Amino acid sequence: MGGDFDWAVIWRSREVLWSGMLLSLKLFAIALTGGIFFGTLLALARLSSWKILSWPATGFVNLIRSIPFIMAIFWFYFLTPMLVGRITGQQGEAVGPFTSAVVAFILVESAYYSEIIRAGIQSIPRGQPWAAYALGMNYWQAMGFVVLPQAFRNMVPIMLTQAIILFQDTSLVYVVGLKDFLGAASKGGQLTGRIVELYIFVAVVFFLICFGASWAVKKIQAKYSVR
Amino acid sequence: MAMIDVSGVSKWYGAFQVLTECSTQVAKGEVIVICGPSGSGKSTLIKCVNALEPFQKGTITVDGISVGDPKTNMPKLRSRIGMVFQNFELFPHMTVEDNLAIGQMKVLGRPRAEAMERGMKYLDRVGLKAHAPKHPGQLSGGQQQRVAIARALSMDPIAMLFDEPTSALDPEMITEVLDVMVELAREGMTMMCVTHEMGFARTVAHRVVFMDQGRIVEDCTKDEFFGSPRGERAQLFLSKILHN
Repeated sequence: MGGDFDWAVIWRSREVLWSGMLLSLKLFAIALTGGIFFGTLLALARLSSWKILSWPATGFVNLIRSIPFIMAIFWFYFLTPMLVGRITGQQGEAVGPFTSAVVAFILVESAYYSEIIRAGIQSIPRGQPWAAYALGMNYWQAMGFVVLPQAFRNMVPIMLTQAIILFQDTSLVYVVGLKDFLGAASKGGQLTGRIVELYIFVAVVFFLICFGASWAVKKIQAKYSVR
Repeated sequence: MAMIDVSGVSKWYGAFQVLTECSTQVAKGEVIVICGPSGSGKSTLIKCVNALEPFQKGTITVDGISVGDPKTNMPKLRSRIGMVFQNFELFPHMTVEDNLAIGQMKVLGRPRAEAMERGMKYLDRVGLKAHAPKHPGQLSGGQQQRVAIARALSMDPIAMLFDEPTSALDPEMITEVLDVMVELAREGMTMMCVTHEMGFARTVAHRVVFMDQGRIVEDCTKDEFFGSPRGERAQLFLSKILHN
């Protein structure tokens, strides 16, 4: 077996690999945007002095962070159609695997990002929102113009690190039958019988993307640490 | 009617009472200095005046508008009261000129050009026009505090609150900040200043309020405060800080 690798199989499987990569990137982009957006709202809710906001937000974050990611993906794939079915009284698949995966990813990522963002907000001295309020700003102005821009600046490196983890986690969607980059390689492998070459290729691509991003994070960190 | 009227204000942090029945008034154009040992509640009291700190009992009105009333539009009222903090609290991610413009633009709705022009006017007044494009981190403490004063003034406040404006400064920078404050007082600005700078109090204050353990124990004219014998606690405090 040794030595008879057929690397040309990668080129022959390029279409399925590329469509898998597109799905991974699409999921990554949506989950990242949604995660940061809802994560910010969750963080603000958790830091709120109104218990009606902070308690549910805290409960949600703790719940999501205590279950395996893969379980959340499962849940939303099987549970959402069932719930929608119960509510609407109609049978059948209400949402496809991609939509349910997107929902699961946004929920899970928003929980993780909310913790990062909460720490970022708390790193800003209390006098900063005070100064904003003293100028007459309301809560959203004080957050939007004064606190969050500084908080995000401090958070950039750790947010990018979380983004790298998120990109790797996109491969988990295989459990609901989606063909992400890894799933595509798997499928290509089954069709051609050259699974080893394709898996090596996938590993190399993941390595290059994630290692490159980590390297960029280090660069950015060095740049932003000087204030 | 007094510009700032503090009447019977009490405040608790949980079971701990930080302010007990505090009452004082500041008339229009009047300058009052609040002093007292650390932990006496002076900073807390001044933060109650623009509701940065809530209080549980009593009333505070500014220009006839009640601060504690939930129906009061607090952002609007705060925009008319300037505040200067111990640690300057300039926005470090913005340039000096943007620090001066942001409140005017977002709160008062002034167009950018007008906000910039007014900001420049006040920056020039505190002698820092040349520093407009810099970030606060590039300025000395004294310069930052002068920018903070200019930022508050650019909102055209009806009164100014100073919360230990020179306590975080090196000795040689205190004067440049006090000079700006003296000038402001002489122009007739209504000012409430928490400070230990007794030289400043002697020069421009109309009245001195002395606080101890959350209570206002002295509230009298400057001459009375520095002249005639005071309560034991105030005497002890004065003898300590005047020696330094």
